[in-house]
Amino acid sequence: MKEIVVISGKGGTGKTSLSASFAYLAGAESLICDCDVDAANMHLLLDADFDKREDFMSGEIAKIDADLCSNCGACEAACRFDAIHRIEDQYEVDPISCEGCWYCSRVCPSHAITMETQKAGDLFVSHIKNNAQMVHAKLGFGAENSGKLVAKVKQTARNITKDSAIKYIITDGSPGIGCPVISSLSGADLVVLVTEATISGIHDLKRVHKLIKTFNLQAVCIINKYDLNLEMTQEIEAFLHDEDIKLIAKLPYDETFTKALSLAQPIVEYDKDCALSHLVKQAWETIKENILIKKGI
Amino acid sequence: MKKNNLKITIASGKGGTGKTTVSTNLSSYLASNNHAVVLTDLDVEEPNSALFIDAKLKETTICNKMVPKWERADCTLCGKCAKICNFNAIVALPSEVLVFPELCHSCYACSELCPTNSLPMNPVRIGEIKTFEATDFHFVEGRLDLGQEMAVPLISQTIDYVDENFKDTIKIYDAPPGTSCPVIEASRESDFVILITESTPFGLNDLRLAVETMRVLKQNFGVIINRYGIGNNDVEAYCQQEGIPIITKIKNDKALATLYSKGALIYPKIEHFKNSLDDIATFIGAIK
Ligand code: SF4
Ligand code: SF4
Ligand code: SF4
Ligand code: SF4
Repeated sequence: MKEIVVISGKGGTGKTSLSASFAYLAGAESLICDCDVDAANMHLLLDADFDKREDFMSGEIAKIDADLCSNCGACEAACRFDAIHRIEDQYEVDPISCEGCWYCSRVCPSHAITMETQKAGDLFVSHIKNNAQMVHAKLGFGAENSGKLVAKVKQTARNITKDSAIKYIITDGSPGIGCPVISSLSGADLVVLVTEATISGIHDLKRVHKLIKTFNLQAVCIINKYDLNLEMTQEIEAFLHDEDIKLIAKLPYDETFTKALSLAQPIVEYDKDCALSHLVKQAWETIKENILIKKGI
Repeated sequence: MKKNNLKITIASGKGGTGKTTVSTNLSSYLASNNHAVVLTDLDVEEPNSALFIDAKLKETTICNKMVPKWERADCTLCGKCAKICNFNAIVALPSEVLVFPELCHSCYACSELCPTNSLPMNPVRIGEIKTFEATDFHFVEGRLDLGQEMAVPLISQTIDYVDENFKDTIKIYDAPPGTSCPVIEASRESDFVILITESTPFGLNDLRLAVETMRVLKQNFGVIINRYGIGNNDVEAYCQQEGIPIITKIKNDKALATLYSKGALIYPKIEHFKNSLDDIATFIGAIK
């Protein structure tokens, strides 16, 4: 089993539609993971049925028992996050501001404060339109442990593929370069970098590539909307050349992409025979070939 | 526009919806209409508004967070601090106490509850705030150091910095993507939040998530539909149904995308985009 992780540094580059296309092409040979737990939306493109759901518990918040509280104010003085206030003669915790540090509960002389584990989100395992399975999640409001939820998504995916005929895990990585994307990249056999020919596209590509280098991962690249700015495309190609990253597709600016999106279809489903679909199919074939080659050999 | 101290946050469920395009162009447009404006990039993990702005760096301010520092002298190695820290940022070994600053949330509990005062809080660098002078408006950027994970403290320090240094100035915040802590921090103190979306199933999905967040925060908000003309009418129908004002619709336009790819200002060249900015200016001017 091989793990392919698609990332782009920033949103809006076409990363999700491309990973959904790969999943669509790979069919039941693959299992797909949506690691953008903060704003997941790949399920829309693949018709996920939300078959199994599980609570994801993480983090805590303080709760004051009014019956035990003597209104001494020690908790308010201790809290560095301004999460405790006296409201109409009773101390109360603002759940949005509470970081779950336990300080208040440790200083409360009346033992009136308990810490409650919070539900931080939902984890789903679904069947999708080409009979493959998909693991995805939704982070709850204001929850911050997205790195942990991403790790949970990946772990769940690996458990499913154990002792199965599944050959690839295709992961739509989290945006950014922080903790969630590091979790998305763990265990990757091949990273697919998606960028676009814009001034911010190349900037984000370079940032995210630094991360890949730190982890010593093998990467290939797809340039989207390459004809929007040919100079920029040249600059990106030069960068890829210097860094020894294989360019596996250059996709033109094409409204078909958006049309497919508005029907909630991956491009390779929307129009199997259009030029764009051919390029995406070719890219998928190249990915499959490249994943077998280890760097340095 | 009457209020000269408005705080507007520009947000979206996801990246790539045109947040940076709208915030940079809106700042320049308002400035060209004789308003004092400061634009602040709060996407501290990956700020890139600066790429689109021709501006001179004026000042750099180092940002710190407070982290305990172990002082061996009086420490009895009782191990209490390690038990107290709920974020596993302290490990007590038989012969020493180790602190992991990346994991510390600066709650002060270990420091203040240590029986021997052996863990005083000390500043540790997490990033910087840069102030720029553009031709017509001010620009501030918060930038987290690579490898730092705590975006929220830097966002709140950047907002405080802008509050202190720019009085009687319209404040436009370019928010980080997503719906979790960073965007909450960037939105909660604003007078108004503008959510940018596009009329596709993706856009609608992200918008719903962002709207949920704004409702929990009890924020005033409105919607801009970008790349209008692609997709379907579901976003408009949703806004109508939910009573959410649509501030403007920005037409889908390849010429606009091309200007964006070069990092150029768009409204001086594209009339319909300028009209959209005018809609926004009128709209925010109408907020009481
Ligand atoms: S747990 Fe920490 S953050 Fe939450 S209310 Fe108590 S002291 Fe404040
Ligand atoms: S420290 Fe305990 S007793 Fe005192 S106000 Fe807080 S909850 Fe009440
Ligand atoms: S609580 Fe204070 S005295 Fe005890 S091990 Fe920690 S630093 Fe040392
Ligand atoms: S300040 Fe709080 S989070 Fe930081 S090390 Fe001490 S107890 Fe842990």
